[in-house]
Amino acid sequence: MSKHTLSVLVENTPGILARIAALFSRRGFNIDSLAVGVTEHPDISRITIVVNVEELPLEQVTKQLNKLVNVLKIVELEDGQAIQRELVLVKVRADNETRSQIVEIVQLFRAKTVDVSPEAVTIEATGSSDKLEAMLKMLEPYGIKELVQSGTIAIGRGARSITDRSLRALDRSA
Amino acid sequence: MTEQASGSHHPQPRPRSGGPQSAPVEHVTGAQSLIRSLEEVGADTVFGIPGGTILPAYDPMMDSSKVRHVLVRHEQGAGHAATGYAQATGKVGVCMATSGPGATNLVTPIGDAHMDSVPIVAITGQVASKAIGTDAFQEADICGITMPITKHNFLVTKAEDIPRTIAEAFHIASTGRPGPVLVDIPKDVLQAQTTFSWPPQIDLPGYRPVTKPHAKQIREAARLITQAERPVLYVGGGVIKAQATAELKVLAELTGAPVTTTLMALGAFPDSHHLHLGMPGMHGTVAAVTALQKADLIVALGARFDDRVTGKLDSFAPYAKIVHADIDPAEIGKNRVADVPIVGDAREVIADLVVAVQAEHDAGRTGDYTGWWEDLNRWRETYPLGYDQPTDGSLSPQQVIQRIGQLAPEDTIFAAGVGQHQMWAAHFIDYETPATWLNSGGAGTMGYAVPAAMGAKAGAEGRTVWAIDGDGCFQMTNQELVTCALNNIPIKVAIINNGALGMVRQWQTLFYNQRYSNTVLHSGPDAPAQANLGTRVPDFVKLSEAMGCVGLRCEDPADLDAVIEKANSINDRPVVVDFIVHEDAMVWPMVAAGTSNDEILAARDTRPDFGDGEDD
Repeated sequence: MSKHTLSVLVENTPGILARIAALFSRRGFNIDSLAVGVTEHPDISRITIVVNVEELPLEQVTKQLNKLVNVLKIVELEDGQAIQRELVLVKVRADNETRSQIVEIVQLFRAKTVDVSPEAVTIEATGSSDKLEAMLKMLEPYGIKELVQSGTIAIGRGARSITDRSLRALDRSA
Repeated sequence: MTEQASGSHHPQPRPRSGGPQSAPVEHVTGAQSLIRSLEEVGADTVFGIPGGTILPAYDPMMDSSKVRHVLVRHEQGAGHAATGYAQATGKVGVCMATSGPGATNLVTPIGDAHMDSVPIVAITGQVASKAIGTDAFQEADICGITMPITKHNFLVTKAEDIPRTIAEAFHIASTGRPGPVLVDIPKDVLQAQTTFSWPPQIDLPGYRPVTKPHAKQIREAARLITQAERPVLYVGGGVIKAQATAELKVLAELTGAPVTTTLMALGAFPDSHHLHLGMPGMHGTVAAVTALQKADLIVALGARFDDRVTGKLDSFAPYAKIVHADIDPAEIGKNRVADVPIVGDAREVIADLVVAVQAEHDAGRTGDYTGWWEDLNRWRETYPLGYDQPTDGSLSPQQVIQRIGQLAPEDTIFAAGVGQHQMWAAHFIDYETPATWLNSGGAGTMGYAVPAAMGAKAGAEGRTVWAIDGDGCFQMTNQELVTCALNNIPIKVAIINNGALGMVRQWQTLFYNQRYSNTVLHSGPDAPAQANLGTRVPDFVKLSEAMGCVGLRCEDPADLDAVIEKANSINDRPVVVDFIVHEDAMVWPMVAAGTSNDEILAARDTRPDFGDGEDD
C-alpha cells in the first residue's frame, strides 16, 4: 500500500461531495483525508483526496471518479512535484513550569501560539503531515487536551496550473 | 395546500417543429415545460402512475398528442417497461412516478437498468422545495437513494432549468455507456411560471465519452489476432448497444475466429452461424466455456468479464492474452488486466479492427486456426446443448421453450424472467438478430419479463412479443397484464410452471442435500406426476382471464404445438399460457458458483473429457 494524493476538480454543484464519498465507500476504497474548497473560479471546487491503495485499485479509483458527470479533472500530485500542507489546531496542557518549554517547541516547528490560558496553550501549525506528526509527538508528554486536523491540500510546483484547461472547457460550454 | 390554477393554463400555440430559426419563447408552467421538453426530445411513450407531487405534470400530459402515457399498475412495472422499450427500440425509455413510495418503487428497475446499461430516464415528483428535508408526507431523498444505481441524477430547483435538464438527462442516458438517469422535480417547480424554448444549451463540461479508439491499440490488437493460434471473440451487450452487429459479422468472417456471445449479447451474432460457439459462463456451452479457458487470445468487445462469465477469476483463461475494448474506461482492467486496452464505441472499434486485420492479411500475415477449430468442433459435437424428456409423460420445460422459439413468427422479441426458464430461453431459442432477446442479466431481477415485454410491445407494435416467465417471477409483476389488456398491448406470456423457485431448487438439489427449504410454490397441479403437492393456487388461467387476457393451459406434450399455435393466433388481447412442466428439470451445463470454469459439468456428475488426464 502507498499513499497517493489526488486533486479532483469538480463542478461546484450540490451533492458532489456526497457522490464522491459514496463512490469511495461502495467501491471499498479508504480515504485517508479529504479537503474541499472553491478554486479561483467560483464554479469549480477542488477536492484533495489522500488514499492509501495499491497501483491497480488507484487506477480504478480515478476511472470511477472520472465517470461522475460533475467531475472535471483528476490529477495525481506526486510527492516530490507538489507542495502538501495540513493544518492542525491543538490544545496542550500547560502550567507556569511547562509553558516556556511548549513555546520553544512551537518556535522550533515554526508554529504559532494562538491562545493562552492558565491551564493550556492552543497552537496553530501548518506543514506536511510528517512535520506535524513530529511536532505532536513532542507535545504529547505535556498532555494533548484537544486536537483538530484539516485534510491535506496540495498544489503542484512550477508555473503550470491544473485548472487552466478545465476552466476553458467550462467557459466553452457556458 | 393551495393548488395553483395551473390546470387552466394551456400551452401557447406551438411552433412548427423542424424550423431552425431562433426558437420562439413560450410562457408556460414548469409542468408544461416538462411535457414540451419530452415532446421535443422525442419521447413518444411514458410509463407511469400519477400521485400528489407529480400531479401538475399529468395535466398538460393529457393534452399532448405526441406523448402517449401508459398507466401501469405498479411503478416497478413502469421502470421495467421503460427498459423493455429501450432494449427493443434502441431509444431512451421513460418512466414517471410521484415522490416517496412512487419513486422508491422505481429503485429496482433503475438498479436493473444500471447493471445492464440500459438508457432510461426516470422522472419523479418531489415534495415542494420548502418541504425538502422536513420528512414531509411522501418525501424520499430519491436522488440520494439512486445515486449509486444511476449514471447520473438531477434535482431540479428552478423551473427555467427543466428543458436543459431533460435534454441533458436524455443525452447522458443514451450516449457513452448508456444507463439510467433520474430527474427529480419538486412540485412548486412544476407549478411555477416560466418560459420554454428549444433546443436548450447542454452544459456538461465533465461528461466527454470517448468513442474513437486509439489507432495504435487497434493495430496491436490486429497483430495479436493474426498471430494467435487459439483466439476467441468474446462479445458482450455493448455490441448490441453500439449497433455493431454487422461489423462484428465482417470481423468474425474475416478472421475466422470463433465467437461467443454473453447472455446480454444473444442476437449480436447469429446463433446459426458456424463460427458461433454459444454462450459462455456459469450456464454456457461446454464449447464456449472451454474455448475461453484454453484460448491464447481473448478479444473482448463490449463485455465486462462479469463473475458469471469468468467463474473463479484467478483461474479464468490462464493462457490468454487479453484485448479489451469497451466504451467505459473503468471496465478495462477492473476484473482482468488487459494486454491491449481499447477505449471506444464498439462499432468504431470493430470497424477499425476490420481495416487493421485486413491490412495484416494484405501484408501476408493471416491467422491459422485449423488446429483450434478441430478442438472446438470436437467439443461442440461431443457436448451439444440438450435435455432429457421426462419419463412420466409430463412436459419438458426445455421442449416447451424450444417449440415456442421454433413456432414464433419472424422478428419475435423474447423477454425472459430470471432463473431456469431464462437459461433455457437463452439455450433453446435461436437468436439471429439483435434486440430480439431481452432479459435482466446483471441484476437478475425476478419479475422483469411481463413489464419488459409490455414495454417492448409498446415500442415495437408490429412485432410479436413473447415473455418467457417462471411461475415464481410471474407472481411478482403479473398485474401489468391489466395494463396490457386495457392499453391494447397484446403480449404473450409463457409461464414455465414447475411449481417451484426452480433455479434455487436446483441449487438445493445440488448443494443442499435436496432439502427444499422454501422453494416450493405449490402452483402446479396436485397430480401423481408432480409428487410435490401442487395446489394450483393461483390458477394462472383464471387469474389471466380476470385480468382481461386469454388464459390457456398445456400439460400434455401431445398438445404442445397446438396450444402455442393458438397463442400465436390471438393478437387482439394478451395471452397467457400456463405450461405445467416437470419440476426436476435442471439447467446444464453448469459451473458451480465460486469454482473454476475448468470444473464445468456438461450434465450432473459429467465432467467433459478434455484429454488432459485429470478425470477420474
